[in-house]
Amino acid sequence: MFSVLAAIPKSSSRNRTGSWRSLVKPHYLQKECINCGLCKMICPEGCIEGTEKNQYSADLDYCKGCGLCADICPKKDIEMVSNQGTE
Amino acid sequence: MSERGHFEEHCFVSGHTACAGCGQSMAARLVADVAGKNTIVTNATGCLEVFSTLAPQTAWGTPWIHSLFENAAAVASGVEAALIHLGKLDSIRVISQGGDGGTADIGLQALSGMLERGHDILYVCYDNEAYMNTGIQRSGLTPFDAHTTTSPRGTHSSGNPKQKKPLVEICAAHHIPYAATASVGNPRDVQTKVKKALDIRGPKFIQIHVPCPLGWGSEPVDTIKIAKLAVATGLFPLVEYEYGRLLRVTKLPSPKPVEEYLKLQGRFKHLLKNAAELKKVQEVAQKNIEYYGLNSKA
Ligand SMILES: Cc1ncc(C[n+]2csc(CCOP(=O)(O)OP(=O)(O)O)c2C)c(N)n1
Ligand code: SF4
Ligand code: SF4
Ligand SMILES: [Mg+2]
Repeated sequence: MFSVLAAIPKSSSRNRTGSWRSLVKPHYLQKECINCGLCKMICPEGCIEGTEKNQYSADLDYCKGCGLCADICPKKDIEMVSNQGTE
Repeated sequence: MSERGHFEEHCFVSGHTACAGCGQSMAARLVADVAGKNTIVTNATGCLEVFSTLAPQTAWGTPWIHSLFENAAAVASGVEAALIHLGKLDSIRVISQGGDGGTADIGLQALSGMLERGHDILYVCYDNEAYMNTGIQRSGLTPFDAHTTTSPRGTHSSGNPKQKKPLVEICAAHHIPYAATASVGNPRDVQTKVKKALDIRGPKFIQIHVPCPLGWGSEPVDTIKIAKLAVATGLFPLVEYEYGRLLRVTKLPSPKPVEEYLKLQGRFKHLLKNAAELKKVQEVAQKNIEYYGLNSKA
């Protein structure tokens, strides 16, 4: 009747949620970045990396294309571009 | 596990199955990253529990327990008692969390017990203003005039007839060390408040306003903009209580008209051509502004 219901920490990495993206994906221009880290802080997927100016990028294996990183970037240094040809 | 660094960096990671642009998944990471890995989390049933943990997979990097819908705070109380028994409460933090339904309605008794008994736990309520995971039913935290599947708009109804339950005040009325509201519209403020709460011993409560694109009929890209407007209109005041006293509020020198907030969301679209109802929603904002002194100087 009872069984152990436990999961390995962070094992959700198996779900490549990037396949959910439909129309757009983020493109990091890496020109005007001031290293504020806001995009990384708010990405609902937690799939943005970067610790230095003009070094930020999104892991498209998991990005769902919500556009919030581009929306919050104070330097408009992230553009949402066509998702065609990603997969 | 993936080699990518973002999996190392966060305590709540990629691969969860929340909708694109989900405010709750954003808030959960803000909380988890401030708390860090020496944390035990108990989680009520709801979207966060379901999208983070499609068993046997999980997006959590900390010990995490799914309770029932109604008893996350009671399970956390037991975890805290066990940590005291083991002499480990100095090095391990306990967080209990749930949605608005799991917190303000069905879980309120367990939460009140946790606050009253004085457990050293931070309770976080992710307020997306309805029972989203079961299909957008109205909760005690659904705002006035919002369309939900159990408060539908129509010829005899303009949506939810009731006001939001004053949850943060109910918690503050237990005279706990800290009770606050926060919003993903101001992510740095969320992290500041979580950090402040975790540095205090005893029961703490934070209610975070988290837009839900699916339930609110909004665009995923508007999640932060909408959260900001809820604060800027006075519809979701940011307040901090200590030991039952209101000590700080986020001031609104010139509050925005509520239409700016409502027009971005399908759940309110029936109000836009209805001047009488719009006026009522504006009055809700005005009442908040006066009650919490949001526009007063000093
Ligand atoms: C006792 C009990 N009643 C009902 C349910 C069904 N149920 C599961 S999640 C949920 C809604 C959760 O709403 P909320 O707490 O606001 O979280 P959200 O999904 O909106 O994030 C309901 C009603 C349940 N799991 N247990
Ligand atoms: S588009 Fe959304 S999911 Fe993709 S990297 Fe930006 S914030 Fe993250
Ligand atoms: S239904 Fe709402 S709360 Fe649930 S995952 Fe989707 S956006 Fe998030
Ligand atoms: Mg909810």
